[in-house]
Amino acid sequence: MSNYIKGDTGDWEIVIGIEIHAQIISNSKLFSSASTKFGGEHNTQVSFVDAGMPGMLPVINWICVEQAIKTGLGINAKINNFSIFDRKNYFYPDLPQGYQISQFKQPVVGEGHVIIDLDDKDSKKIRIERLHLEQDAGKSLHDQHPSYSYVDLNRSGIALMEIVSMPDIRSSEEAQAYIKKLRSIMRYLGTCDGNMEEGSLRADINVSVRRPDEELGTRCEIKNVNSIKFIGQAIEYEARRQIELIEDSKQISQETRLFDPKRGETRSMRSKEEAHDYRYFPDPDLLPLSFKEEVVDKIKKSLPELPDDKKIRFQNEYFLSYYDANLLTSEIDIADFFEDIAKEHDPKIVANWVTGEFFAAMNKEGFSISNSPINKDNFSRLIGLIEDNVISTRIAKDVFEIMLNDDEDPEKIVEREGMKQVSDSGELDKIIMKIIENNPDQVEAVKEKPKLMGWFVGQVMKETNGKANPKLVNEILNNKLEM
Amino acid sequence: MNELINLSIKEALLLLNKKELSPIDLIDAHINEMEGARSLNLFITETADLAREAALSSEKNYNTNEARPLEGIPFGIKDMFCTKDIRTTASSKMLENFVPPYESTVTKNLWDDGAILLGKLNNDEFAMGSSNETSFFGAVKNPWKNSKKNITVPGGSSGGSAASIAANIGIASLGTDTGGSIRQPASFTGTVGLKPTYGRCSRWGIIAFASSLDQAGPITKNIEDAALVLNSICSYDKKDSTSSNKKLPDFEKSIEKSIKGKKVGIPKEYNMDGVSQEIISYWEKGKEWLVESGAELVDVSLPNIKYALPCYYIIAPAEASSNLARYDGVKYTHRVDSDNIIDMYEATRAEGFGSEVKRRIMIGTYVLSSGYYDAYYLKAQKVRAMISQDFKNVFSEVDVIFGPSTPTTAFEVGEKNDDPIEMYLNDVFTVPVNLAGLPALSVPVGLDSNKLPIGLQLIGNAFDEESILSFGRCIEKSANFNSTPERWWKNE
Amino acid sequence: MSIDNKIVEKIAKLSRISLEDNEVNDLSLELSQILDWVEQLSEINTDDISPIFSSFDDAGDINLREDIISDGGYRDKVISNAPMSEDGFFLVPKVID
Repeated sequence: MSNYIKGDTGDWEIVIGIEIHAQIISNSKLFSSASTKFGGEHNTQVSFVDAGMPGMLPVINWICVEQAIKTGLGINAKINNFSIFDRKNYFYPDLPQGYQISQFKQPVVGEGHVIIDLDDKDSKKIRIERLHLEQDAGKSLHDQHPSYSYVDLNRSGIALMEIVSMPDIRSSEEAQAYIKKLRSIMRYLGTCDGNMEEGSLRADINVSVRRPDEELGTRCEIKNVNSIKFIGQAIEYEARRQIELIEDSKQISQETRLFDPKRGETRSMRSKEEAHDYRYFPDPDLLPLSFKEEVVDKIKKSLPELPDDKKIRFQNEYFLSYYDANLLTSEIDIADFFEDIAKEHDPKIVANWVTGEFFAAMNKEGFSISNSPINKDNFSRLIGLIEDNVISTRIAKDVFEIMLNDDEDPEKIVEREGMKQVSDSGELDKIIMKIIENNPDQVEAVKEKPKLMGWFVGQVMKETNGKANPKLVNEILNNKLEM
Repeated sequence: MNELINLSIKEALLLLNKKELSPIDLIDAHINEMEGARSLNLFITETADLAREAALSSEKNYNTNEARPLEGIPFGIKDMFCTKDIRTTASSKMLENFVPPYESTVTKNLWDDGAILLGKLNNDEFAMGSSNETSFFGAVKNPWKNSKKNITVPGGSSGGSAASIAANIGIASLGTDTGGSIRQPASFTGTVGLKPTYGRCSRWGIIAFASSLDQAGPITKNIEDAALVLNSICSYDKKDSTSSNKKLPDFEKSIEKSIKGKKVGIPKEYNMDGVSQEIISYWEKGKEWLVESGAELVDVSLPNIKYALPCYYIIAPAEASSNLARYDGVKYTHRVDSDNIIDMYEATRAEGFGSEVKRRIMIGTYVLSSGYYDAYYLKAQKVRAMISQDFKNVFSEVDVIFGPSTPTTAFEVGEKNDDPIEMYLNDVFTVPVNLAGLPALSVPVGLDSNKLPIGLQLIGNAFDEESILSFGRCIEKSANFNSTPERWWKNE
Repeated sequence: MSIDNKIVEKIAKLSRISLEDNEVNDLSLELSQILDWVEQLSEINTDDISPIFSSFDDAGDINLREDIISDGGYRDKVISNAPMSEDGFFLVPKVID
């Protein structure tokens, strides 16, 4: 499949590498026992260690290491039983120690890969170079005062996993799929909540362009793009920008750029990004990190089912299509939601309704499964009503709409609104007979044009306020009209 | 009053426990002495009022028989230890007004044992120096003047800690030792200075200079007192990832252990140029004393020892350049305000740091920088491994290593300030010990013809402070060093 | 190893220390001397030697901490020595991004 972009002078290939910073789910920070909770009052989740005060020392939080190992296993990577923490030295007000404790030459997780699913049922392997542990920095607010920046160190020291991909990505769609997949895996594992708006998942995108099959071009890094949508836009813009420059015989300068969401453009960072010499060296306050193979095995055994495996199982166990299985396993909470209901009903119906009406409502109203206005039990009851033919699919959609506003028991809604499907063949019979009697011309016409059947169905629906059981109606009509 | 300030810890505890001495009188005597010795420039912060309050509590504890191991004993503390709510400066303008909201583990151990803080002692800025001449608060004067009646340096970086004990101000003091900063000043001031094995004392709350080398330790009047202080300050601290969990012996018990049949390593490389003849003579005497006590001398070799100094002067500045990056004007230091952050950093650090500190930060930054890391830093850590191995090899044959603490006795103020390297050579005997993380002490043995104290060094195997204490006691007994400096500063 | 003024200035920039012109000259000399002196390490063959980065001889594993929140929550103390602060924030001259 060709992902080439057409330039003025021919085809171009985009080459993309992505560095992700994922905040680890843990109670306390990587090297200090202060809280990691999001949204805390500024500087109230800061220990003396986090503030880089004189004489303070780091002590590692084992859970953070476990989370990194879990994630490493989830991306099919090599776990390094021996790794080292290095200091990455640079000056910035939200970096209180004047260095970040990170991992340079010997990270805790080595090479791995994820499989991304592309729209047309293709999948592609994106290789991952490494995953390492490091500290997050604090936050600077630049808009509180004309001449001063305000520094909040709450975030300083929270554990991050930095995941570095190989430059295997070839389009903005692949980039988005990659990030979605990684996010999904980490949410399945409970190692990162993947919330890009809150900053618990950040991506730096490296973009370069080249003629197909030629050497790699100069790359630019686009920093801290904080939504999947913006990632797509940023890549599209940047690729175009680079192609235009090259076709105009200009050079691409290797630089760091920021994405401006309002304009949909990338721009060079204003502050002079001098070539950083981070002077990495092993942190003398910490011993090397080492753990036995048994520890890794134990973690492996405790891993939950991962998206790819769940997808295959859903296809086999619930006879879902690849497409549906893919959609339903994209998020762990959607998969669990689906599976809980599918255990009690026809999985096909459940799948249709979740990927159809439910997803549509989620997109339109902007909610997620975790804060869904309709609770699982009520939704399950709705499926039950459809399955038992108590209401027609069409009516069910109306009930669903009502449930979106008031999370009511659908059975009560159906009672109250009198939405029960008319499935009494006797009653339907009567209604149909009446229509047939009153419309002899149509009865004649339909014999020539079977499509006019629809008109009859419409009439029955009108008479029954849409509540007639469509299947029955069709059966009876077919009978009566001798079709 | 005079007699009171001469008391050792052991002697004071004896009298205090017998209630023949009140902690209040003891502390008053020391406070008096401290206030009368300001010309020595020993203290950056005096804490007389707090000390008197603490003495009252100590008295209560003696009265109710709840006295703790160091109850009522006055201590001077090097200004590298963070003391809660009491200004801690690292002898630098950068931290001139820093008041830590936390207490270092080591000093907490002392206070929990009933010791009393007399004041924060002057030292070389950020512990970088061998003469206490780099302090922002001015140089410390050695109570020992030379035969020309000129002022000498007390050594460094724990110059204040050593000089105060020589002047009988505070019964004991704490210093830190990264390349010899306890042992060298102890040697220059005729006191006992001990650096325990790396990891014995917690580094939590000690302002870091070179993290893989720093250790806290006592400077005392005698070996027994050093053991008593060690018993208090050594502890496993889970807030320090480099803190050792190895079982702690009762160090006091090790002092009178016999050294009969034990082996003393005499490194042939210690016969080097630049060591004063008189120090060598005392070293020879020392060997005789040890043999007389039943120990056996063994010729040993530390083949890579001559590379220890350059090795140290790559590693220590490298770690320091990173440890001192936090002093940036943002959170708790001196600041030179500017209209942008970079200017603020640069001006703050230019003004806040003295020239030796700046020099070392620059060296450290250079040897870690891209293109030089392998040739300098990595190379130095490999040499370090070799030096460490040399010691391991020697300790498979002997119990202790014995030699001079310093190549010369105390030099005059300003004498070695022209050439930084000349100053660094002071540490030739002490530095290898820090690179290998071993315990070592300096014990005073006599005076040279310049009337200045000479110290000899004992180095032990890792976690074997007991051997250096017992050997140290033997040397101390044989040397019977009783000289004290004239109290000339009282009149100034 | 000769450290010329340009290198001194580069290191000073990396270390965020501003230097007067005379300081640059002095440092160039001093640093060159010191680095020449430490050059002697190149005499030793260390080809087969693994570096050590710590004096820590206690063959134990890295100290592990439990994942409980037991620190922080004392903003006043953290800010107590700040050269400039407001409403619990540290204030620094503007950073241009």
